[in-house]
Amino acid sequence: MAQLTARPYPPGRYPLIVVGTGPGGLQLSYALRRLGIGHAVLSADDQPGGMFLRYPLFQRLNTWSKPHAPADPRTHPYAWFDWNSLVADEPAHRSLVLEFMDGVSYFPARAEMAAGLGAFAARAGVDARYGVRWERTRRTDDGFVLETSDGEYHAPVLVFAVGMAEPWKPAIPGMEHVPHYVQVEPARTYAGQRVFIVGKRNSGFEVADALLPWARQIILGSPRPPVLSVFAAGAGVRAKYIVPYEDYVLGGGVWILDAAIERVERFADGWRVHTQGRKTGARTVEVDRVIAATGFAVPLGDLPQLGVATFTQGRLPRMTHFWESATVPGIYFAGTITQGAPGMRKYGYPGNSAAVGGFRHNARVLAAHLARHRFGLRLPRPRLAPHDVVPYLLAQATRAPELLNQRGYLARVVAFDPAEGITDEGIVPLAWFVDTDGPPAVAMAVEVESSNEHHPVVYLRQGGSVAEHVLPGGPLPDFEGSEHRRALAAVLGGVL
Amino acid sequence: MTDRTEIVDVLAGLALFADLSRPELEAVAHTFEEEWFTEGQRILRQGFSGANFYVILDGEAAVRIDGVQRATLRRGDFFGEVSVLLGEPPTADVVALRPLRCIVLGGPEVEGFLLAHPRVMFRMLQAQARRLRTANQWRS
Repeated sequence: MAQLTARPYPPGRYPLIVVGTGPGGLQLSYALRRLGIGHAVLSADDQPGGMFLRYPLFQRLNTWSKPHAPADPRTHPYAWFDWNSLVADEPAHRSLVLEFMDGVSYFPARAEMAAGLGAFAARAGVDARYGVRWERTRRTDDGFVLETSDGEYHAPVLVFAVGMAEPWKPAIPGMEHVPHYVQVEPARTYAGQRVFIVGKRNSGFEVADALLPWARQIILGSPRPPVLSVFAAGAGVRAKYIVPYEDYVLGGGVWILDAAIERVERFADGWRVHTQGRKTGARTVEVDRVIAATGFAVPLGDLPQLGVATFTQGRLPRMTHFWESATVPGIYFAGTITQGAPGMRKYGYPGNSAAVGGFRHNARVLAAHLARHRFGLRLPRPRLAPHDVVPYLLAQATRAPELLNQRGYLARVVAFDPAEGITDEGIVPLAWFVDTDGPPAVAMAVEVESSNEHHPVVYLRQGGSVAEHVLPGGPLPDFEGSEHRRALAAVLGGVL
Repeated sequence: MTDRTEIVDVLAGLALFADLSRPELEAVAHTFEEEWFTEGQRILRQGFSGANFYVILDGEAAVRIDGVQRATLRRGDFFGEVSVLLGEPPTADVVALRPLRCIVLGGPEVEGFLLAHPRVMFRMLQAQARRLRTANQWRS
């Protein structure tokens, strides 16, 4: 009982409420605290960690944390080498996932990731009210009411960091009976069986990889051929999971079937999967088991009834560049949901907001945006001397994890206001910068194009328009040499 | 209305994809990404590298060159292909006039897609020919 009475954030009125204690919610709450913005954090779980308390099913992440990297783990630039730890201002709270890794792989195990998140919450003092369920939402004259299992919470601003946590299956006849990825059983229970996996993204390949030592045959089926991250600048099936693809190429028994799934039906002890492919024609496959690795949706609850518009078949909310609902102002999103704002998508690449490595930076940007625009705070805007601008921006392109994790999506902005001098405006969504009027300013981003070269790309806003300048590229983000200094100085000549 | 089947049905009604079989339309629906743009949002940006290929499913968009509106695009229209095919930045902005629902294919994927779907390439060529004819009529 003493524990219950000690639970923070009782029902009541708050300036802001964060729902969710996965990495997105924790990172946002941490950043809000640093800015002094009072808020409540509510979680249906009984501890921090979000999806990493349960997934990935087969225990290891596909994003790296490199124990021995060129940067010191207690410094901010190290975050580029550790895509899993949350980002802290205090050196002692940085790269915490590393502490729990056993050295077997530079991809942390699920439990190692969960331990790192738990340590961050405990050490950085990010507390939450756990075990409270958000049940309904109402609008009021001055904001919103969250009806929860513990009572009513009132706030003018809500941030949902509830993950892509709801298993989703396409409306294919019979698919409703097919077990989803989240219902996959231990790999050994598939011993000697033919298994049809619907879906060819990371979760489909993750399951296929886990079943390789057990299943008699694995078929991965969906209309689109698999997109492999090594050929798509990271936006596709990660290399860690592509052993089944190699097995297919070598004729080892895995079958990658590019066909629409028309219908799934039970028969005797197995399943018939009816497919229709451009090259394969109509084909029915008989298997022992079927698994729907068809992805997840945001558990939006009753938000659509409140007016929150969605897309991608209701799986994601439509949102602004700063992750606010496009249709219900005051409702924001954090965490992996921020992938619903794909940014400029240059060369088709949507940024990295689906993963912790990317969305942890979005959360900090969101906190600063809320501070300015919802709470009227004046955040520090450090001044720069003219001769510091070029080296500063090139150092950002070379080492800032925000720009490297969120290539073509987040940018560092420096403004040249005649009245205020040269000021560092912080990190913002690049798409917002290029489409927003303002004083003369420059945004530095890092982008990757189809040849897989990294380029610093400079967007110069001047005289009411924004011009793009692509600086020379290379295979590694190393842009501090004389060639880049000359190139950037030439671009900025008119404003410096 | 929010089913993948719905997107396939919409695609089936667009001239660009009119020759495709159902499985081909399914593949298109899974190959392109769906994207929404709010009113006033730029989709294609004049002078910027890295353009993509867009097909409008719902809504309207303006084509603007140096801020001057030159055309309006509607359901079934597509844009971005000239920039992608030539490997050059777009010569116009495309801006949503009201909420705009599109499907998008990354620029680097367009060549492979068109080669795999020659009937779509033919339809695209027809549309380009019509645009050229209209432009020539204006000139003469």
